[in-house]
Amino acid sequence: MAARTVPIVPAAPQGAKDGAFEYLTTRKDELVGWARKFSLFPYPFVTACCAMEFMAVSASPYDTDRFGAALPRFSPRQADLLMVVGTVTHKQAPVLLKVYEQMCEPKWVMAFGVCASSGGFYQNYAALPGIDRIIPVDVYIPGCPPRPEMVIDGIMQLQDKIARAQHPILTRTF
Amino acid sequence: MATDLLESLQQQIVPAAGAATLSHGCLVFSLAPEELMPTVRRLKEEFGYDLFLDVTAVDWPADALRFEVVHHFASSRQPLRVRLKTRVAAADPGVDSLAKLYGSAAFMERECHDMYGIAFRGNHDLRPILLYEGFTGHPLRKDYPKGREQPLVPYRN
Repeated sequence: MAARTVPIVPAAPQGAKDGAFEYLTTRKDELVGWARKFSLFPYPFVTACCAMEFMAVSASPYDTDRFGAALPRFSPRQADLLMVVGTVTHKQAPVLLKVYEQMCEPKWVMAFGVCASSGGFYQNYAALPGIDRIIPVDVYIPGCPPRPEMVIDGIMQLQDKIARAQHPILTRTF
Repeated sequence: MATDLLESLQQQIVPAAGAATLSHGCLVFSLAPEELMPTVRRLKEEFGYDLFLDVTAVDWPADALRFEVVHHFASSRQPLRVRLKTRVAAADPGVDSLAKLYGSAAFMERECHDMYGIAFRGNHDLRPILLYEGFTGHPLRKDYPKGREQPLVPYRN
């Protein structure tokens, strides 16, 4: 019975360089943007019926986890994407502003559905005609409610925006 | 049973001002403001109307008695609902509060005061409940401008 021979790979001598994956060349903004665009932590500010569509797009058939945007943080201090899902009233506007101001930079805002984008069909004493009256918005998703495909398209557009953006936390030492 | 009740209600509570009508299984009385309180008290104590459902109002801008305050009552014993309509003038849009008879009336009167500016005499807490402090006007009145906004947070631009 022949002895089984196991090939022994000699360990690389100390300090020697391996040719593979020693260096990666990229732009710093692209590197940070690539990391950030796949780690969006959304804070769902859910006020109305668009919540049903938010649940649909989060669940496995559409699965926003594929875009790194699946894990809702229920504290704005841990989130970097504010998803405003549904109608915001004038009475609620101070709450939305407070949530937005608690989020740390970098932060992005998504207006989910036509009510958050423009007030939708509400033109009355109660409804805020679009959350961009009080906070800046990065992506608007129309629809009443939007299809999951539109939400995914919105997330991808936001990812493109993040990837193209400047990321000024980078200092001269990094 | 239902017809007996209907007849006794119609005969005993018919106010001086108007006749009772039956509308979609709901007995409707039109009252003068001063008749409201005694009528409700009789409904509750003699006819067993123990559930206060709602109070709202209707704005008729062209009428002399502009506002119509509408109360709804149900009973856990009687198979018939009762609706009371009380007309009040715009100069003094007030009716008596039912909060002493039905505790749940207090919040509903606050909402009606928000939306129509009906003053409920005897309800001492008419702070805004659906609207917010600082809101002027009554948005469900017909003369409230549709596009008027009263934002709490100043707009960005």
